[in-house]
Amino acid sequence: MFWRKKDKSVNEPIVEIQERPKEQHPIEPVAVVEVQDAVTEQAIIQDELVLAQAEDEVETYESAAITAKDVEVHEVEIAQVELEPVVLPKRSLTKGIRSLFSRIKFDLENLEELESVLIQADFGVDASEAIVAEVKSRAKKSGAETEADLRLILTGLLTEKFGRDDRALKLDSGIQPYVILVVGVNGAGKTTTIGKLANWLTQGGAKVTLGAADTFRAAAVEQLETWATRSNSEIVKPTIEGQDPASVAFESAERAIASQSDVLIIDTAGRLQNKQGLMDELGKIRRVIEKNLAISEVLLVLDATTGQNALAQAKAFTEVANVTGIVLTKLDGTAKGGIVYSIQEQLDIPVKLVGIGEGIDDFGFFDASEFAIGLVGES
Amino acid sequence: MFGNLSERLVETFKNLRSKGKLTAADIDATLREIRRALLEADVALEVVKNFIAAVRERALGDEVSKALNPAQQVVQIVQEELVAILGGEQRRLSFAKNPPTVIMLAGLQGSGKTTLAGKLAKWLKDQGQTPILVACDLQRPNAVNQLQVIGERVGVPVFAPEAGNGVGNPVTVAKDAIKHAKQKQFSVVIVDTAGRLGIDEELMKQANDIRKATDPDEVLFVIDSMIGQDAVNVAKAFEEGVGITGVVLTKLDGDARGGAALSVAQVTGKPIIFASTGEGMEAFEPFYPDRMASRILDMGDILTLIEQAQKSFDEDQAREMAEKMAKDAFTLEDFLDQMQQLRKMGSIKNMLAMMPGANKLKNQLENIDEKEIDHTEAIIRSMTIKERKDPKILNGSRRLRIAKGSGMTVTDVNSLVNRFEQAAKMMKTMSRGGNPGIPGMPTGLAPMGRPQAKKAKGKKGSKSGNPAKRAAEAAGIELPKTDKGGSAFGLGG
Ligand SMILES: Nc1nc2c(ncn2[C@@H]2O[C@H](COP(=O)(O)OP(=O)(O)OP(=O)(O)O)[C@@H](O)[C@H]2O)c(=O)[nH]1
Ligand SMILES: [Mg+2]
Repeated sequence: MFWRKKDKSVNEPIVEIQERPKEQHPIEPVAVVEVQDAVTEQAIIQDELVLAQAEDEVETYESAAITAKDVEVHEVEIAQVELEPVVLPKRSLTKGIRSLFSRIKFDLENLEELESVLIQADFGVDASEAIVAEVKSRAKKSGAETEADLRLILTGLLTEKFGRDDRALKLDSGIQPYVILVVGVNGAGKTTTIGKLANWLTQGGAKVTLGAADTFRAAAVEQLETWATRSNSEIVKPTIEGQDPASVAFESAERAIASQSDVLIIDTAGRLQNKQGLMDELGKIRRVIEKNLAISEVLLVLDATTGQNALAQAKAFTEVANVTGIVLTKLDGTAKGGIVYSIQEQLDIPVKLVGIGEGIDDFGFFDASEFAIGLVGES
Repeated sequence: MFGNLSERLVETFKNLRSKGKLTAADIDATLREIRRALLEADVALEVVKNFIAAVRERALGDEVSKALNPAQQVVQIVQEELVAILGGEQRRLSFAKNPPTVIMLAGLQGSGKTTLAGKLAKWLKDQGQTPILVACDLQRPNAVNQLQVIGERVGVPVFAPEAGNGVGNPVTVAKDAIKHAKQKQFSVVIVDTAGRLGIDEELMKQANDIRKATDPDEVLFVIDSMIGQDAVNVAKAFEEGVGITGVVLTKLDGDARGGAALSVAQVTGKPIIFASTGEGMEAFEPFYPDRMASRILDMGDILTLIEQAQKSFDEDQAREMAEKMAKDAFTLEDFLDQMQQLRKMGSIKNMLAMMPGANKLKNQLENIDEKEIDHTEAIIRSMTIKERKDPKILNGSRRLRIAKGSGMTVTDVNSLVNRFEQAAKMMKTMSRGGNPGIPGMPTGLAPMGRPQAKKAKGKKGSKSGNPAKRAAEAAGIELPKTDKGGSAFGLGG
């Protein structure tokens, strides 16, 4: 579910949506177009220059906006906007997870096998040991004896540990377009996730713009474009080859505002977290977007097959990009993605979405109890 | 967070140095750390279990109990076993007798096949081959475009009759590609295929059909070095479903330990041939099993260090030396010998700098002055053989002659002789004390530093209880100390 301004009905065709009064946006679209042109012009020169220029322009523009318009009136306007919930198609993840536990015998005296299974699900040695110890102590306390009891304890424990109430995408501030920045290492599933997410949003009637800020990988822009077509979204592409991704992100924000999109999703190039230069670039992308818009979600896409390195990824990306949620992809395979347990424990970042295939509908919202039951198996 | 394996092993080995001999319990404690390190490096559990069992068996055997430094020996065994599984030595790509050579790439989604295809094409082209790329990933959106762009970048033609994005039959494309390559006389055909899950039976069958249609000389299984425990399942599935001839490990420019390499090599028994190390088309190299072994264990260069030390110091020789000492037959001649051994090992400072945590040792490193060895050597070299064998005959005029001959002062000569005698005495006591080997490196190897000698003499009451340390102190050497109470393997001590 997401929230948007009430004057825009779910069934309203896009053409009409575009006629929404401009004042709804904190930034005046007319001026935006100018900035955008300036950026496009400059883009031909030098990436760094362009950006500095763009950043300046934004600042000038912001002050111009303040003189041109009464800020207070503006704020009142935002506060007065009535929000309404938009119900989006239901997604579930149960399809995606195969139990590892179903084939083991639980024995309270010897929980080594349980530890093994957790390690094989990529929980890591420390977390596995901790979980086993906790299961043991809970079993003692409750006088559990049977295998069914133990399964129940484990399911309960995992549900509890994974359980939190900030799973939903934070699309509720009322200040649109909502921005979702998608980051992660190479090949994790960023672009595919964006396609699925965009489609889900447009199905719910939202107007979505995609920003193709992966200007590096061969045919990455074209790949996103295919997803834009499939999901009925708009796309903002680089105007020259190898353009600074930050300037594409900047333009995307401007264009999403101008076209009065509900949601802007920015694709970024895959980068390994130990490459400082590339991580700095990501920080810059984020800052440039924030010149114009608040970022609602920074989603870190993690391949469920990833082992212990996922923790290092989560740490590094959180540092530069303030990750607000994890997307766990490729859960349709044999991998379990147990490392998200440690990520959540250590970094307090919730898993929000899961990917369960290459198809446009193959994703779901993470649900702690579904995940736990999927892992442990029905007792 | 836990430190890396070498730090933890330092902890484990801390007390072993003085004991000399490893008990079964010592070995198990060491192996527990190694097990943990391997799991944290993402080596699959079943592989870890087999591995540890194999190492344990060897570690309990003769080679360790007879070793000069058993702790070192255990690590050496771990290293050897790792390298053995990782493929011993590098394997080269095999080419067809009658071109074209066909190389098929297979692997999970997102493992890096398409990028690798480009790198491989470039690498082959640079070797004078005439490769062609074949776009058989008709699944992932714009995978065909991606290959075309890459082909253009590396100047290699791309066979792409189908646009992809779900349209076209990859088996047909593969078949046609071979025909095309034969006709146009390309020497190598590189077939990029769609990413697929091991459990996707339909797609695994399709991969197998591509294999049948192209009869490849190599089927390279491309796997992301960040993959975790699932590596075994995936590797098994591809080995059974398609049949692979070799492995390529990708994204090694990241900071993942890459334990999957071990899992895959173990499970499939197939060699890892290449490492992919970046997004650029040149970031591609042959796979080095020994480097990978060190990476998985996160041991820094400690294994190289051990190796170097072992190469230059023959264990039997050391044993002989120990026996000589016991019989009071340790002479300046032997001392010179050891000095030369030390030189063979290369610069001491460099050796120590290779050790993990060596920055803590920096100050102490400064105290080991290689000039000191030069001086000591010069003095001994100016002695006659007789003098070297029996320093007692060194009277005033002999000492003066030696000083002149070596360009040092008589005081220098005196101090060397004194310290040698003290050290020899100490070693004798030590050997008679029933210590079977010499713990750590033979103490005699230590250079005879001057400033420390005074310090050591100054605090007679606090002589170390560790015979090695004590002997070193007598010889005027300050042992480098870490806050962990000694270096891992007794080097520098
Ligand atoms: N089976 C499965 N495959 C997926 C899933 N999500 C993505 N993929 C596949 O994984 C591969 C990589 O996905 P992309 O979306 O291109 O990944 P990316 O992170 O954008 O990659 P780069 O931009 O190259 O870093 C593609 O073949 C996708 O089809 C999933 O949930 N399940
Ligand atoms: Mg992408």
